[in-house]
This record gives sequence, C-alpha cells and structure tokens, in this order.
Amino acid sequence: MDKYLEMIRIRFLMMLAYRTNYYTGILIYSINIGAYYFLWNAIYGGKSDIEGLTAVQMTTYVAVAWMARAFYFNNIDREMAMEIKEGKVAVELIRPYSYLGMKTMQGLGEGIFRLFFFSMPGMIIVAFIFPMEFSADGLTWLLFAVSIFLSFLINTQLNLLTGITTFFLYNNAGLIRAKRVIIDLFSGLLLPISFFPGWAQGVMQYLPFQGISYIPSMIFTGSFSMEEAYSGLLMQFVWVIVLCLPIQVLWVIAKKQLIIQGG
Amino acid sequence: MDAIQVQDLRKEFKAYSSRSGLKGAFRDLFTRNYKIVPAVNDISFQVKQGEMVGYIGENGAGKSTTIKMLTGILTPTSGKIIVNGMNPHKERERFVQTIGVVFGQRSQLWWDIAVQESFRLLKKVYKVSDADYNDHMDHVIKTLDIEPLLDKPVRKLSLGQRMRCELAAALIHNPPLLFLDEPTIGLDVLVKLKIRDFLKEINEKYNTTILLTTHDLTDIEALCERVIMLDEGNIIYDGALKSLKEHWAEGKEIQFEFLERAELSRLEELTSGLQVKWDLDEKNQVFTALTGDDEESVSQVIARTVAGYKVKDVKINEPSTEEIIRNIYERGMA
Repeated sequence: MDKYLEMIRIRFLMMLAYRTNYYTGILIYSINIGAYYFLWNAIYGGKSDIEGLTAVQMTTYVAVAWMARAFYFNNIDREMAMEIKEGKVAVELIRPYSYLGMKTMQGLGEGIFRLFFFSMPGMIIVAFIFPMEFSADGLTWLLFAVSIFLSFLINTQLNLLTGITTFFLYNNAGLIRAKRVIIDLFSGLLLPISFFPGWAQGVMQYLPFQGISYIPSMIFTGSFSMEEAYSGLLMQFVWVIVLCLPIQVLWVIAKKQLIIQGG
Repeated sequence: MDAIQVQDLRKEFKAYSSRSGLKGAFRDLFTRNYKIVPAVNDISFQVKQGEMVGYIGENGAGKSTTIKMLTGILTPTSGKIIVNGMNPHKERERFVQTIGVVFGQRSQLWWDIAVQESFRLLKKVYKVSDADYNDHMDHVIKTLDIEPLLDKPVRKLSLGQRMRCELAAALIHNPPLLFLDEPTIGLDVLVKLKIRDFLKEINEKYNTTILLTTHDLTDIEALCERVIMLDEGNIIYDGALKSLKEHWAEGKEIQFEFLERAELSRLEELTSGLQVKWDLDEKNQVFTALTGDDEESVSQVIARTVAGYKVKDVKINEPSTEEIIRNIYERGMA
C-alpha cells in the first residue's frame, strides 16, 4: 500500500511542476461555469422551476457538476495510450506493482490535488459571483463525498478500458475523444438527466454514465430525496463492481498479445 | 544454480503487409495479409549466477525480444524460461523484485520530477528498508558521481547524467540479476568507462549476474568473458569471447609506412603468390596488408616488403573484435 500512497505524492509533485496548467485550468472552469450560468438563466427566463429544479438549484447543479468533474476527471486513458504507443509500458511491466492499480492511483493523486487546490478555491470564487445554495446538512455532504468517490472510480474504470484498447487498436485517439464527449453528455454534466426525453432516460438508466456526474450533483443540490440518494449510491457501487470484469478480461488478453512498439 | 535457463524459446510476430494501390487499400479494410515471422527461433542457453554475458547481434536479430521475454514483459510463443527460479511471465510481480533492468533507449525515471523523488518512489515500490537503502545507495551514488544531480528534474539532465541515474535506479533493490539493453548508447568515452568500472565492481562485490546487449563491442570486450551471438533469431555462437577471436581471427593486419614513395601495384607484385590483401590509406600514406590464415605469411610479407622499400614504421595488429564479428555477419556462421 505504501507504494501506492507514494505514487499519489509523486503525482502531486508532477502537478506542481507545471503551474501554468494549473492556473489556466481554474480559468477554463470558471469560464465554463459562467457560460452555463447565463445560458440557464436565459432558459429559465423568469420561470420558477423546470423539471423540479429551481433556477438557483440549477446554478448550484452546474457549478457542483463542474467542480466534481475536476476531481473525477483524469487523462489516464490518454496517458496509457501514449505509454503503449511509445513502448513505455515495458518499463511499467518490469516493476513489482499492478500497472492498472498504479494508473488508478495516479488518477486519484491528480483528483485530490485538483479538489483541494482547484475545486475548493474555484468554488469560493464562483459562490461570490453567482447565487448558489449550499446544504447545511452534514449528511448531504457525507453522501456527496461518497458519491464523488464512486464517480471517480467509475470514470477511471472507463478510462482504463479505453486505455487498454490501445493494445489492440494501436491508435485510439478517436475513441478517446468520443468517450469524452459521451461522458460529458450522458453523465449529466451538460444537462441534468431529468431534462432528457423519457425514452432516453430509460436507456440511460442501464448505462454507467449517470453515476459519474448526475447522481453526486443531484445529491449535493438536495434535489434527490433520501431514498433516491441511497439507491443512486447503490447503483454507482454496482457499476464499480461490474466494470471490474471487462477490465480484467481485456487486460489478460492484452498482456498475451502485447507488442512493444519501437524496439 | 543457474540464474537463467532458457529452453527452446520461441517468439512469433504477425507481420502485416499492405496490398498496393487504392483497390488494395480498400481490400485491406476487410482482410489483411500477414505472415508469421519468428523473431526468436527456438533458442536455448543457460547463464550461471555471477556471469557477465554479452548478448550481441545485428539490428532486428531478436536481442531485445529475448530480453523482454526474460524480464516477463512479453509472453513467449513456446518454450521454457526459468529466471531466478521463477517463470517471469506467470509470477511477474514477485519475479521483477529480483531483477534490475536498464533500457538505454527509454527512461525509467519520472521525467518531470527530481531524481531523488524517483529514487524515493522506487525504494517504496521495491520495499527497501532505510538501512539497506542508505548502506547500498550511498555507495552507488558516490561511485557513479550523481550526488549533485539528485535534486534536478530528469528532463534537465544530459544523456550521460541521465544514464548514470538510470543505472542507479535499476540497482536500488540490489538485484542479483541485471539486464542492460544498450546501456552505453550515445555516451561519451568517460561516462562509458565509469559505467563499465561500476558494473565490474558490483559484479565482484555482490556476484551480480549481468546480461548485456550492445552494439559497442568495446563494452563487451571490457566486461564479458562470454558472448552469445544472435542472427535472425538463432544463436550462432555461444562461448568465450577469447575463443571466438581465436577461431575467427584470420591472419593479421600489418601496417607499413615507407620512407620513399611506394606504389600499391608494386607491393602487390612483390608479395605475389602469398595470401595477402593490400590497402592504402591515401591521406596518411599508410599501407595495410591483411595476411591470410597461414602462420608463415606474416614473416614472408614483411621480408619481401622490406626488401623492396625502405621502411619507416611497421605495426602488426590483431584484427579487432569488431572486424571479426563483421566477418561473421557478412559470411554467416556456416
């Protein structure tokens, strides 16, 4: 376990090594939140609520969804693709640790870093500018914390899956981009799931994506009843377990037919 | 106990070939032509604990593929590998704890962070105790002279500096077996010498087994008593470097410098009937005679040449390992 904790520390150091990335990150997130705030204000146009969400709840939803994204989002799929393409994965395989486990830890290190040095300060700035509603209930915060951790796991698992496909496709830049757009859209980051047409909501219930953004954001804004919140957490948890299977299977096949590219 | 045992090891790759033309490109979308190419072709060898073995061959001979199978990165198509008493691929995580690897062409240190942070992570990864680390690494760091580099990020190091750090990183857990894949590629003479001395030292001190691939034969000459030579996936020579020389060195090279102007054709005429090939280095006016296998021919060539011209200087050289090996590649072992 020690080595995995050390990896988180190393990731912190790596994030700190590139400060410009860090500052531009905050800027981009603030712009995104601002843009969505004005967009939603225009859509509400004086109406008190749409689909059970008030305008203030909506603003909070958007802000929280983006700030949670800073935590669960990572680029380990792209990193894996690069390591595989350049043959660096050879170096990872001569180390006494699990490659996928280490990648997950790197993602977690990145996530924790962004949560503390990025989401939290960002959230404070945004709260001054836009009207938002924070729950004072400790339980909501706890459920939210559990929920975004599960979000992180689901998103990371999907990233690992996408990353592993590089072993078979050699170049999967297109797939990585498609995955990103699908997650942004179907996870409820851009639009709460309850705004989708009925049939689409039905389909999405059977997909892991809403576990990434919709569930934690709804818990945080207090738009979920307690019961809905618990069943949401359960659904996230089930997906975390289910996704382990294809990852393991693909990983075993990938190692068998691994080719180290570039000598 | 043998550190490495390899039996009938084989690795095949699928080599895809594209059809020509636009029509061919469309057909490639559906079915692709490929043939199966063996990169390593049923090889067997053993390496004893404490041996330093040079593993040489032309580009694409299968050296790196073998090393990757020995280190558990690639799965063999068939054959048996036992390294340090384990099957590298089956027990990867436990196995890699007992080996150190340096790939000359790719870095194992983390690019963006200081060298000592990489060391610290590796120390945790290999579960090295503080006492062992300090005892062992203090010495390594001093010998490789990397103390001043420790707080620099890897991307700011020169190649020679980085290579020394890579070597130190591979030795953090003091493994009994070390794989070096072209460790001196692109390094200057001083760094090369330092690395060689260091490798000799750890081999003596800890009885570390070292398997080394390189294109720089002076590395092999300096370090290895035994060489395994690979060609197109087959072992074509496995034995002492010395007997390779004895077996393959054909004749000697004699260099003449003359006091007067000499003609190549005249020299050839003088030595006609002997097994000899003349060469001229125009710039320095050095004439080189390559004699045949015959033991008499050296004295014969010198005697006849000296009779014909006044000689300023004569040098007799053994053919270098490099020449011998070039010879073997060009003509094949058979």
